[in-house]
Amino acid sequence: MSEVLAPAPASVPHTSSVSSSRKVAKVALIGNPNSGKSSLFNHLTGLNQKVGNFPGVTVDKKTGISQLTPNLKAQVIDLPGTYSLYPKSLDEKVIIDLLHDKKSASYPDVLIITADASNLKRNLLLFTQLADLKIPAVLALNMLDVAEKHGVKIDVAELQKQLGVPVIPVNARTGSGLAALKIVLSQELEKPKSSFFQVPDELLAMVRQIRYYFELSNDYLAWHYAHQYQKLSFLSEDDKEYIGELVKKYGFHSNALQASETIDRYARINELLLDTMRVTRAENNEQVSNKIDQILTHKIFGYLIFFGVLFVIFQAIFAWASYPMDMIDLGIASLNNWIHSQAEGPLVDLLTEGILAGLGGVLMFVPQIAILFAFIAILEETGYMARVTFLMDKIMRKFGLNGKSVVPLISGVACAVPAIMATRTIDNWKDRMITIFVTPLMSCSARLPIYTVMIALVVPERYLLGFLSLQGLVLMGLYLIGFVAAIVSAALLKWVLKTKERSYFIMEFPTYKMPRWKNVGLTIVEKVKAFVFQAGKVILAISVILWVLSSYGPGNAMEQAEERAAAELTTLNLEEADAEAHLAGQKLEASYAGQFGKFIEPAIRPLGYDWKVGIALLTSFAAREVFVGTISTIYSVGDSENISTVKEKLLAEKDANGQPFFTPARAFSLLIFYVFAMQCMSTIAVVYRETKGWKWPILQLLYMTGLAYASAFLVFRLFS
Amino acid sequence: MQQEQKSVRDLKIGETGIICCLTDPEMSLKLLEMGCIPGEEVKLNSRAPLGDPITIIVNDYTLSLRLDEAATIKLKA
Repeated sequence: MSEVLAPAPASVPHTSSVSSSRKVAKVALIGNPNSGKSSLFNHLTGLNQKVGNFPGVTVDKKTGISQLTPNLKAQVIDLPGTYSLYPKSLDEKVIIDLLHDKKSASYPDVLIITADASNLKRNLLLFTQLADLKIPAVLALNMLDVAEKHGVKIDVAELQKQLGVPVIPVNARTGSGLAALKIVLSQELEKPKSSFFQVPDELLAMVRQIRYYFELSNDYLAWHYAHQYQKLSFLSEDDKEYIGELVKKYGFHSNALQASETIDRYARINELLLDTMRVTRAENNEQVSNKIDQILTHKIFGYLIFFGVLFVIFQAIFAWASYPMDMIDLGIASLNNWIHSQAEGPLVDLLTEGILAGLGGVLMFVPQIAILFAFIAILEETGYMARVTFLMDKIMRKFGLNGKSVVPLISGVACAVPAIMATRTIDNWKDRMITIFVTPLMSCSARLPIYTVMIALVVPERYLLGFLSLQGLVLMGLYLIGFVAAIVSAALLKWVLKTKERSYFIMEFPTYKMPRWKNVGLTIVEKVKAFVFQAGKVILAISVILWVLSSYGPGNAMEQAEERAAAELTTLNLEEADAEAHLAGQKLEASYAGQFGKFIEPAIRPLGYDWKVGIALLTSFAAREVFVGTISTIYSVGDSENISTVKEKLLAEKDANGQPFFTPARAFSLLIFYVFAMQCMSTIAVVYRETKGWKWPILQLLYMTGLAYASAFLVFRLFS
Repeated sequence: MQQEQKSVRDLKIGETGIICCLTDPEMSLKLLEMGCIPGEEVKLNSRAPLGDPITIIVNDYTLSLRLDEAATIKLKA
């Protein structure tokens, strides 16, 4: 059965004619977390990586093509890091869905099992389980240098003999040993020769029944079916019932049997290591890390340093990212101008105002995402992220959050989009969902223009005690309200959200390492690509829809608006700039967006808004800061860049009774609305991409809009 | 009697003990996989500034866990 690279042209008909007699081998990379798996994946595939979906879970499926020999390629799939074949989290479940289903499209021909030589005993547990599945495998033994530094000497030849698979020493940091690994992979590999676990005699009859019923190739696989049938998504309900009855009949106690299997395996591993591993210096190998930890997890310096790190990250995505963002903005604007100078017409408008504007909206996030992920990759690579969790766990746990939720929440003050992508570092599904759910409540930088305009409108420029700016205090209050809402919502969700998955904190505390810059770079590329291609599609689509809504009207309403504006022009005696602004305002009123504003007016009247604000609510869904632009258009401000011009126009706006429209009650109602409302298509798109479905973004939209509506209503009542 | 048995939770920093048994059937699977096997030596390495979580050294590597998780790892007398 060494069919690893045997010809099977039918399954992959598109391979090049050079290797016509070969198919592309499917290789799966599997190993413990921190065993160098991702580095090895990066070395094997370089930039030939693709991120896809595992069905039904939120974990990314990373695949890549590796050139093994000049005319032989392999498709490498990177499986989530795990300590055993018994999954403890939803993410790990994809491993058994893949390895236990021979019919799965990605079922591997061969496994590369990575192991950390400096921590061999624990790493071999997963190896022995995989070996018992009898899938052809290679063991990539990583970090031998670290092991040797700690006085651990490993007899690789003897280890290979005992384990029954090729053992290739590699250094995932430098890439040494990679050539040897590729050569071994290009050869026909046999199934692992050694077995490490025997199914207990009294259960053999049951295991055999499952094995023959499902036509499985070995007992251990059938044993796993008995343990995990409820978790295997490829089994039908009938199949599950069949196994369920057998399990009941034989009194199969999954937990107890799993525990004794693990203990047995460790006993075998201890025996095996007696022959293959020699420890010459039994000194504690974590001294350096421990010394660093005395400072980095110190009760004062620990938090000070952590807040310093957060501050730098925050500064970077808030301030540094603004330069490339301005350049993108400028680039798109000048491209638009250039196109307009070349041609005019509705199609050109669609291209510039719809598609290019949407594209600009997508690209705008790239600098923030790149910068945030550069930091996060470094925090992860060095091992500092584990310390962050350690420091913050007790505080964050009270609110149903995770120690790792701190980084996304703080990043959310700059922008929710990269922040939500950063929640990927949270392993626990429930903690991750809660963090994603509450992050958009943190006041992001796009809310700032609305805050500034509205505050300038109704809060007097006065100073309390001579130095405390009243406007500044209100602004800070808005940020605080957002933060409190996030924390309270998290605590609420903690009670509402039910999971079958139990949450553990138990995790390896990695020793400090220098970051591998190649991994940092590839993380940035991967995140940017994922955002642009997956969330970008949604943003572009919504952007075009919004453009259509605000540029077209029912029937000939737009033409009528133009005529009316032209007619009014003579009576009002406007200057040219004002005339153009007046025309734009009239057209927006006549458009579908204007119709929409009038349509929802009854619904928003309790909040104090009229149909004009309704239009701005709709268009600012593209991005909150668009609110200011739309308000300027609808009130025919002309120059929307100048806050004081906007302010003057808005102050002059009168309601039906001739009183000023923007009363403090209305302004505060709008402010509170924007603190809470999910007015951001990019956030929705990224939540869709991160949760792999529409359920969470829609729930979030309903919750935040509901909260915004209720609070704005209360505020309006209170102030008027 | 069960209640009074010492657990990893009760160790002082730097103190060691021998694992006797794991009391939470489901969590024990995770702990076993991570190398907390009965008969192994554990050492309490550090505590987070707020007292929880803690780090322990078992099988020559550092593991961090919460106090209520550590309480399920009972020690031999």
